[in-house]
Amino acid sequence: MGRALDSMRRVVVTGLGIVSPLGVGVRTNWDGLLAGQSGIRSIQSFDTSDLSAKIAGQVPRGETASGLFNPDDWITPKDQRRMDDFIIFGLAAARQAIEDSGWKPDNDEDRCRTGVMIGSGIGGLPEIARTAAVVEAGQARRVSPFFIPASLINLVSGHVSIRHGFKGPNHAVVTACSTGAHAIGDAARLIMWDDADVMVAGGTEAAVCRIGLAGFCAARALATKFNDTPEKASRPWDKDRDGFVMGDGAGIVVLEEYEHAKRRDAKIYAEVVGYGLSGDAHHITAPAPDGDGAQRCMKMALKRAEMNPEDIDYVNAHGTSTPLGDEIELNAVKRVFGDAAYRLSMSSTKSSIGHLLGAAGAVEAIYSILAINHGVVPPTLNLDNPSESCDIDLVPHRPKERKVRAVLSNSFGFGGTNASLVFKALN
Amino acid sequence: MSDVAERVKKIVVEHLGVEASKVVEGAHFIEDLGADSLDTVELVMAFEEEFGIEIPDDAAEKIQTIKDAIGFIQSQSKK
Repeated sequence: MGRALDSMRRVVVTGLGIVSPLGVGVRTNWDGLLAGQSGIRSIQSFDTSDLSAKIAGQVPRGETASGLFNPDDWITPKDQRRMDDFIIFGLAAARQAIEDSGWKPDNDEDRCRTGVMIGSGIGGLPEIARTAAVVEAGQARRVSPFFIPASLINLVSGHVSIRHGFKGPNHAVVTACSTGAHAIGDAARLIMWDDADVMVAGGTEAAVCRIGLAGFCAARALATKFNDTPEKASRPWDKDRDGFVMGDGAGIVVLEEYEHAKRRDAKIYAEVVGYGLSGDAHHITAPAPDGDGAQRCMKMALKRAEMNPEDIDYVNAHGTSTPLGDEIELNAVKRVFGDAAYRLSMSSTKSSIGHLLGAAGAVEAIYSILAINHGVVPPTLNLDNPSESCDIDLVPHRPKERKVRAVLSNSFGFGGTNASLVFKALN
Repeated sequence: MSDVAERVKKIVVEHLGVEASKVVEGAHFIEDLGADSLDTVELVMAFEEEFGIEIPDDAAEKIQTIKDAIGFIQSQSKK
């Protein structure tokens, strides 16, 4: 059945869309990243007095023209009531990516060859929390008929399909913090296997709410030492790091079969050449100390890309700013890349935006692609005193101009799930 | 009477996001105002809250137009 490996179709990226703590749109995000801006702020939208972490990367609200998020410019107020914020962010990023790609199928055959694969790590947690309170107050009859569709993870893919008329594969990934990367990798495979010509893929998250923060606080996963200096809290590989910072947002890409993109003269950002997946088989929240799962998934992605370690110029790390995870990933990268680790640059853009959970891998894939396009690697903010084993270029504080032929982007999630993506400049 | 009608119309305008001029007494929620089955459930809940009444499921199914809603609400408040 199907195609032999050597006849796999090629997949390229032809559209990008972002909603993040740095703002809305690719331009706003890239400018903010290179300027060393932080999207981490003190939480004002709900009470944090009884929570040990009081900061997050929330999507800044305001005028669209200023790069801020105004939901009314993306979704009608009536429809906003039918969806929790993670769906609204996902739809806004998807529309940017689709418009950017210029792909607008005008016949049923093309619509049936266009699919959607957008995931989320957690889904509609704020809506679930609000509704649970209604039920607990003895008001079960007052539960909104939109509660279930407003909270379900695959409804992002559902809404994108309904709005844009995409009738191809409609799917959703749920792999915690590697969701965004898995969605892009899996969607690319659907195109490689000829199940679709175009896929809208990525991840979205809006879990910054009291119950979400309380849960990650209880798991001792979050930074709690920097509540008074939020912009310093996300500090991957720095000696003073003490956990990650939750963030909201969405990253969506349009993936397209190479010949299909060429035929319609689409702008091509990069080619998706490698994808690796693995499981740690170790612990529900802690990464395996030897980084075995991370190593295997990077190796698999390089093998699929038919690349050697020295072909990669930039690694966008998972790098969440946790004491354990950062060091394990760094050592895994050094083992996989060997001497080549000392020639590449690796940074964690979570230092700017925090950890967008299910959206992280997709937003970071976009940042990685932009590094190829612009010949600049974004910095790791707050890396003031690197831990001892940090002897490779971690791009502290400021962006670095360098030729970027290919990038590898890592994402690791609770449950011990790992994904690596490799993107390459097209010629 | 007009008070009930005005309050019903206001709820419909808010929940369905439609122009007030379209919300006439004969307007059908689904056929004329673009509602779907979930919208109609939400509308009935909003009527219950606004008027402090309970609308049983079998009665709710029969409320399909603005006029139906006004009629049912008035019949309840007369009891």
